[in-house]
Amino acid sequence: MSAVAAPARTPGELTPAPLNRPRRRWTRFILPMYTIAMIVYLASPIFVMILYSFNDVPLDRQNAHFWGFTTDWWKNILGIPGLGDAFKNSLRIAPISAAIATALGALFGLALGRYRFRGLRLVDFVIFLAIAVPEIVLGSSLLSMFVLAGVPLGLTTIILSHIGFSIAFVAVTVRARVQGLDRNLEDAAQDLFASPIAAFFKVTLPLIAPALLAGFLLAFVLSLDDFVITNFVAGPKTTFPLWVYGAQKIGFPPTVNVMGTILFTAGVMAAAVSVLAQRRRSSL
Amino acid sequence: MRRKLVPYYLLSPGGLFLLVFFLIPLGIMVYTSLESGGLLSGGFRFSWAFENYTNVLGQYRVQFVRSLVYSIIVTVVALLLAYPMTYWIAFYGGKWKTSLLLLILVPFFVSFVIRTIQWKFILGDFGPILGPLKNIGLLPDSFRILATPFAVVAGITYNFLPFTALPLYVALERIDERLIEAAKDLYASRWEAFRRVVWPLSLPGVFAAFLLTFVPATGDYVNASLLGGPGTTMIGNIIQVKFLTELDYPEAAALSVILMVVMLLLATVYARILGTEDVQRAAGATA
Repeated sequence: MSAVAAPARTPGELTPAPLNRPRRRWTRFILPMYTIAMIVYLASPIFVMILYSFNDVPLDRQNAHFWGFTTDWWKNILGIPGLGDAFKNSLRIAPISAAIATALGALFGLALGRYRFRGLRLVDFVIFLAIAVPEIVLGSSLLSMFVLAGVPLGLTTIILSHIGFSIAFVAVTVRARVQGLDRNLEDAAQDLFASPIAAFFKVTLPLIAPALLAGFLLAFVLSLDDFVITNFVAGPKTTFPLWVYGAQKIGFPPTVNVMGTILFTAGVMAAAVSVLAQRRRSSL
Repeated sequence: MRRKLVPYYLLSPGGLFLLVFFLIPLGIMVYTSLESGGLLSGGFRFSWAFENYTNVLGQYRVQFVRSLVYSIIVTVVALLLAYPMTYWIAFYGGKWKTSLLLLILVPFFVSFVIRTIQWKFILGDFGPILGPLKNIGLLPDSFRILATPFAVVAGITYNFLPFTALPLYVALERIDERLIEAAKDLYASRWEAFRRVVWPLSLPGVFAAFLLTFVPATGDYVNASLLGGPGTTMIGNIIQVKFLTELDYPEAAALSVILMVVMLLLATVYARILGTEDVQRAAGATA
């Protein structure tokens, strides 16, 4: 742990105390090098995934040996029976559940961030629980309910479950933004004879729009990525993660790597857009 | 008077949804865990069957203990790995703070299952790490990482690291740098300034990280199933098999309820002492 306290500050960043001049020692490189190493470590499976999407494997089964370079898997993305459908299911579920979760979660976030009311602490604790609950507990309890109620499992149960676990994340995202807002803006609008509803749509909504976008993207990624809960409530349906999990025992084609790479790229681009949107808002 | 009702109007659609698809299911799972009977012998009936709990606790004690031990190791290792990194980003990241944080989170845009499978390839018996070492004779051909507790713990640590890093970062980032300055003006060494100022102020983040890593790690079964072997089965694997393969709902539910109670206890104690804000802030920081 001693490395933690070791870095020297660059002069000028803060006014240095006279008796504690930043020493230029080699130890100041430890933490930045460590951070870079951690970033590489965290990204290593992604490098492997992308590289192996070009793996020229025999027999359509991905393995740890890199046989040679081919773009065949990229040219024939929907060529694997079953996988294409699973992928499409995932892309069908994510936008619906993300949209509904964003709408419900945003109202939640507004209420929590703006108002003081009876029961606030209880609602707050429920949101906290929904974030901290282990996925397996949520998945198995949803399955218990669907079984008891005799609800047939399928896309609907998947979508309902995904909305359920996304609401809390959207709510805390929106709440953080609402708390950072200047309440005076809305009051000013109302002083200028805007109705509360008009003030909301003309002033508050545009201001929290970046948080809505961020919340939507978060819910979208959570839905696309989810395996554990989906596995419990999917019944006969498969999604992309479910298909991959099922196929990995006998081996899966590198097409899986291709799809993973596409989703990854799309996710990175969406995150970049979201960050830029928030930058623009904060510079206003 | 109407204004007072506004927050309730805002809460009601989402609240209703959370009630039906979060709180009620938890209650129904408790109900299911007290049923008895079998699918083939006329279905399950509610009968206050508390023996389900004593049965599973007796039968799966090994897996419970193993899950807890793995999860504790994972949490400690993840905290040790993430703390120096988030510390550096929070205090020295400057204008690159957000970008660095994003770089840490970006790998997790790839599905959990796919990420874990890539580790299966990386750590494979003749994969990119072990293959070369075996070729030059540094390791015997029979040496394995997969199917060992190490592989499972390493996999869980990797997969839950963002849950550790985010609360830590959020806590560290809020620390006023002038406090460290003040400590140094009072002749504290760097180490003392860290130990007496930064560390205590970051403790809420450490506890939030502990909660958000330890709780889901205990219930994880994907890593044990993809990277582990017969000797690394966790309680999550048992729950999953009982629910989805054996269709033994009451015992599966009993196992899950036990996990839920542990989680509720930890979460309640945590929320009582430290409030719910840090965990929520960390969850919000992802967006």
